[in-house]
Amino acid sequence: MYLNQFLLLAAFLFCVGVYGVLARKNGVLVLMSVELILNAVNVNLVAFGAFHNTVVGQVFALFVIAIAAAEVGVGLAIVLLIYRNKQSIDLSEVDLMKG
Amino acid sequence: MLRNAFLIPLLPVVSFALILFFGKRLPGKGHEIGILFVGGAFVLSSICAVQWISRPADYTVPAAGHAEESAAAAEGDHAEESAAAAEGDHAEESAAAAEGDHAEEPTAVSEDHAEESATAGAVSEGEEPTEGEHEVEPIRRPVDRQVTWFESGGVEIKAGTHMDGLSVMLVFVVTLISLLVHVFSTNYMHDDRRYTHFFAALSLFTAGMLVMVTSSNTLQLLFGWEMMGLCSFMLIGHWWEEKNNSDAALKAFFTTRTGDIGLLVGISILFFAAGQTFDIATINDQALSGAIGHAALLAAAAALLCAVIGKSAQFPLHTWLPDAMAGPTPVSALIHAATMVVAGVYLIARLYGVFWQAFDIGGGGINPVALVGGITILIAAALAFVQSDIKKVLAYSTVSQLGYMVMALGVGAWTAGIFHLFTHAFFKGLLFLGAGSVSHSVHSFDMKKDMGGLKNTMPITYRTFLVGSVALAGVPPLAGFWSKDEILVGASGNGYPLFLVIGLIGAFMTACYMTRCVYLTFFGEFRGHGHPHESPKAITGPLVILAGFSVFAGFLNAPGIELFSKWTENTTVIAAGVAHHEFSIPLAFVGTLMGVLGIAAGWAYYARNLGPHRLTQRSRPALAGYRFLENKYFLDRLYTDMVVGGIKGPVARATYWINQNVIDGVLNGTAAVSRAVANFTYDVVDQKLVDGAVNGAGVGAEEGGSVLRVLQTGRVQQYAAFLFGAVVLMGGALVLFA
Amino acid sequence: MDWFDSWALTLATFLPVVGIVVLAFVPRAQESLIKTVTLVTTLATAAVGVGILANFDYGSKGALQFDPGPKTWIDAINSQYHVGIDGISLPLLVLSMFISILCVVYSWDHFPEPHNPKAFLMLLLVLEVGMNGTFVAQDLILFFVFFELVLLPMYFMIGVWGGPNRQYASIKFFLFTLFGSALMILGFLALFFNAGNTFDIPTLVEQAGNIPHNTQLWIFGGLFMGFAIKVPMFPFHTWLPDAHTEAPTVGSVVLAAVLLKLGTYGFIRIAIPILPEAAITWAPIIGGLAVVGIIYGALGCLAQKDMKRLIAFSSVAHMGFVMLGIATLTDFGINAAVFGMVAHGLITGMLFFVAGSIQERFGTRELARLGGLLVQAPKLGWILGFCAMASLGLPGLAGFWGEFPAILSAYQPAPGLSEPLFRFYMVVAAVGTVFAAGYLLWMYQRTAFGTPKEEFAKEHIHDVHGPEWLAWSPMLALIFVLGVYPRLLFGVTDEAVQTVTAAFRAVGGP
Repeated sequence: MYLNQFLLLAAFLFCVGVYGVLARKNGVLVLMSVELILNAVNVNLVAFGAFHNTVVGQVFALFVIAIAAAEVGVGLAIVLLIYRNKQSIDLSEVDLMKG
Repeated sequence: MLRNAFLIPLLPVVSFALILFFGKRLPGKGHEIGILFVGGAFVLSSICAVQWISRPADYTVPAAGHAEESAAAAEGDHAEESAAAAEGDHAEESAAAAEGDHAEEPTAVSEDHAEESATAGAVSEGEEPTEGEHEVEPIRRPVDRQVTWFESGGVEIKAGTHMDGLSVMLVFVVTLISLLVHVFSTNYMHDDRRYTHFFAALSLFTAGMLVMVTSSNTLQLLFGWEMMGLCSFMLIGHWWEEKNNSDAALKAFFTTRTGDIGLLVGISILFFAAGQTFDIATINDQALSGAIGHAALLAAAAALLCAVIGKSAQFPLHTWLPDAMAGPTPVSALIHAATMVVAGVYLIARLYGVFWQAFDIGGGGINPVALVGGITILIAAALAFVQSDIKKVLAYSTVSQLGYMVMALGVGAWTAGIFHLFTHAFFKGLLFLGAGSVSHSVHSFDMKKDMGGLKNTMPITYRTFLVGSVALAGVPPLAGFWSKDEILVGASGNGYPLFLVIGLIGAFMTACYMTRCVYLTFFGEFRGHGHPHESPKAITGPLVILAGFSVFAGFLNAPGIELFSKWTENTTVIAAGVAHHEFSIPLAFVGTLMGVLGIAAGWAYYARNLGPHRLTQRSRPALAGYRFLENKYFLDRLYTDMVVGGIKGPVARATYWINQNVIDGVLNGTAAVSRAVANFTYDVVDQKLVDGAVNGAGVGAEEGGSVLRVLQTGRVQQYAAFLFGAVVLMGGALVLFA
Repeated sequence: MDWFDSWALTLATFLPVVGIVVLAFVPRAQESLIKTVTLVTTLATAAVGVGILANFDYGSKGALQFDPGPKTWIDAINSQYHVGIDGISLPLLVLSMFISILCVVYSWDHFPEPHNPKAFLMLLLVLEVGMNGTFVAQDLILFFVFFELVLLPMYFMIGVWGGPNRQYASIKFFLFTLFGSALMILGFLALFFNAGNTFDIPTLVEQAGNIPHNTQLWIFGGLFMGFAIKVPMFPFHTWLPDAHTEAPTVGSVVLAAVLLKLGTYGFIRIAIPILPEAAITWAPIIGGLAVVGIIYGALGCLAQKDMKRLIAFSSVAHMGFVMLGIATLTDFGINAAVFGMVAHGLITGMLFFVAGSIQERFGTRELARLGGLLVQAPKLGWILGFCAMASLGLPGLAGFWGEFPAILSAYQPAPGLSEPLFRFYMVVAAVGTVFAAGYLLWMYQRTAFGTPKEEFAKEHIHDVHGPEWLAWSPMLALIFVLGVYPRLLFGVTDEAVQTVTAAFRAVGGP
């Protein structure tokens, strides 16, 4: 098993996730893209753990999963509130902090 | 009395004050005070005259050449003599006081410092001149009395009286004529609008002349001189409601004051040149002995001559005198005939040492003094022919006669000049008062229009006027002949042939125009209105008295008698070496002939209408000449219109324009520039630059903020994009450079 | 008495302050009380002046008297409170007190609009403090303080109670004079630093001879500016006509009578004794400007249509004579200058009084509209004539002794000065006397002679009355008395003047 394959997979997933975060208007999709980024990072972590024959990578990945879950919870709650106030989850409309 | 001569001017001063404050309340409106005090001054003057005449003539003055050696000799004598004088005085003074001032004291007395008033050095009596050039007769010593007036710069300036023959003669004449004029005025000025003021001014004037004549120093002389100027101003402009009267007064004052520039300068020069003293005797002394440098002496004499030209109405400053006739006739008689105008003549006579030495009068030929006098004689006489106002004729006649006096002094005939002053006072005063009497009757001064044929209606006036005219014309044996003749003798004897000729021509002209005047006034048909009648006694009385003097006064200096010379010739004159000449019968004959011819010519032309009448209508040059005379040689145009008018008009305005626009312009310009700079500083520098910088900082911040605000879209994704971009950049940097 | 000797001058200067303080508490409405308080104050000050006159040691007029010695004042700059008078300042001090009283008397019924006797009289008292102080000060800073002190009250007098153009006139007067004073204080400072760190005038007179010649010239220049503007000398005189014309009568009188003398006094007291070498170099310039001023002032007079402005220009001419006398640096000259100062103060003061009275009666000062004063108000006309004659320098009245000795002294100026130049000045000054007669008599002819113009012919013009007689008689009497008996002044000033000129007999060399 070559490390590069896993890194490439993680990088691909990461880029897709970044694209989704930056370019999608749907809030839920943005959250999903964030999950994707986090999962890409997880893959990266596990791959490096396996490569170095240590269990640290996996432990770290478990942490990330837990935090991701919590974060998604909060994120979805925010999106829900946005929807309640604006009847839409189009992020380009949320510009109340415009300077 | 000679020692108390200060009382003589003092009385009229007191009179002035009294009349001014109390005159209106008196029944005579003040003339009582005037007549009383001036009369008192006359009495005192007469006493002075008597005392002077009876003084022993025991002082022999050496001629000028000997002055220095005698001065050296005198220095040694001085100490003893002052002591002797002091002792001698004391003993005599108590006796003198008891007897009332006799001329016993052989030495003159002065209050301070035992100064000998006998100047020219030599003091020992009976000293004979070592060279027998000419006989020097002993004279009377003058009487001096001085007090310290003030000190300045450590120099004591004194005030006091100096009584010698000249001053005694003049105080006598002045007080006499003043008294007669006072009496005359009581009638003539009756019902005048300012009767009291008139008498007050007359008193003050008399005081001024007396101050001048008795003064022992030039500063005091200046005081008297100017006092007279003031009173002349007040009296000429007596009827100041009418503008031409006040104009005449101003003209007189300005013209004499222009001459007075010379007086101020001359007195200043002499003060320093003679060793910081104003004392006249000392000045004359120094001048004659050669102690004063010639340049300074010449400058001083020239300056003083200017003053004389102004005050004594010589050419070219004579123009004020005819205009001064605007004043009341008694004023003309007193001031402009007998007294004030002779002040200039007196100045030359008094300071003769200065003039003699400066102009080398003894040398003959020509000199400025004689020249001025000579020119004046002729031009004034010419002008007298074209006047129709009787007073103006007399005014020009006065100018002409003053010319005679000045010329006499200029040719070295000192006594003659003074004697002519003496006689002229009488007959000119008489003529003026006579004119006054005529005008009192016909209420006009215009001979051609309002007079004529008065010899029958005003007999006394006519006869006295005739006496005066004949005296003026110089016909013997009246007074004018003796004095005029002496002048001519002096001119010929001292080597002044030109002036002899001028004198003779002048005599002819004088006789001629006076004949015209007498004819127009008293002969022919009466051309005026009303019924003229003789004037009352207050007017004719003085006329008669003066006529008497005009007849007899001349004999005082007739050849053989020559009392006048003996009485008046003083130290200066003798020290200078003024020559005496014998009475010359041929010259007297020629002079008389001139006078008689003049009368005959005048009578022929005016009375009998012979000769070239209507010349001005036929001949252009004659008409031009007549116009030239009529316009008084256009001098008035020059002075009044061009000089005075120029100065007070364009020149003054130009100066003021410079003041307001140039000087003030600089000032206001500076202020305007300052204001502009201030505004600039505020508007541009402060508001724009400094504040601009301050504000600019704020604006910059604001602009920067506005620019940067664009980045703040409020969209989270945008922020996230920046975040990632930055991370990528940093990561790249890390990978590349770490 | 010793106490008096020490305190007399301080009293003389500061007694009016007591009056000011008292007046501050008097309500504005109580006019009689205000006037009385002021009068009492000025009389009290004059009483001190009389005491000074009486106790003055006439045997040593040249020395400083009533001098209690310098007292510490401002240690930081070594300036002391040093007062003293000698024969030169005594007449001026007395003149100042004298004029103050007469101004109060004249003002009794003659307050200018806007009517505010309290403020007006308080300012007058401040003026008196300044004037008296200047004449007694013997320390440069003390002198400067009093010299400047007079500017403010005058500014207000002109600015508040003056004529139509008063704003311009008062500002011009203030700024122009202040400009000169700025240069003057530079001179004072230069003296301080160059002559031993002292401001004391007697000390400076002794020591300042050591200053190098070029420095002396510059210092003198600074002092010259300060004093010359005040005199006023041509060409720095242009503030005077405006100030005089616009000022109320009393203001003009005080300005002419005393304030102008501060400048000339400064020359005699400070500039010349302390810097004799520089004085010799500057004297021809001063003399030249002086005679230009005489003629120029006279010509300016002839062009005037307003009586007060004419009299103002005549002040320029008269001060020209005073400055000529000073420029000759001789006894006669400076004696003439001091006499001229007093005489001018009295005579021109009187002329301004008369002009003010004429304006009050006729409502105008325009010469073209006036005329026939002698007909309608004869006594006023006579007084005007008397003053005109005095002003043109008629012998027998005070003005003569200010003019003639100045002309006389110019013939023989101090050794070191060019005789031909000064003799030329002498002739020009003599010509100036003719001009003086010209403008004065012409003014008199237009105002007093003739008959009244139609405009005023029917009006009742009241003649001189009570307060006017009271205010004027002393001045008129003094003009006459000083004229015939000049010893009253020359006797006092002569020795002190000789002390001043002694330096020139030494400096110029035999």
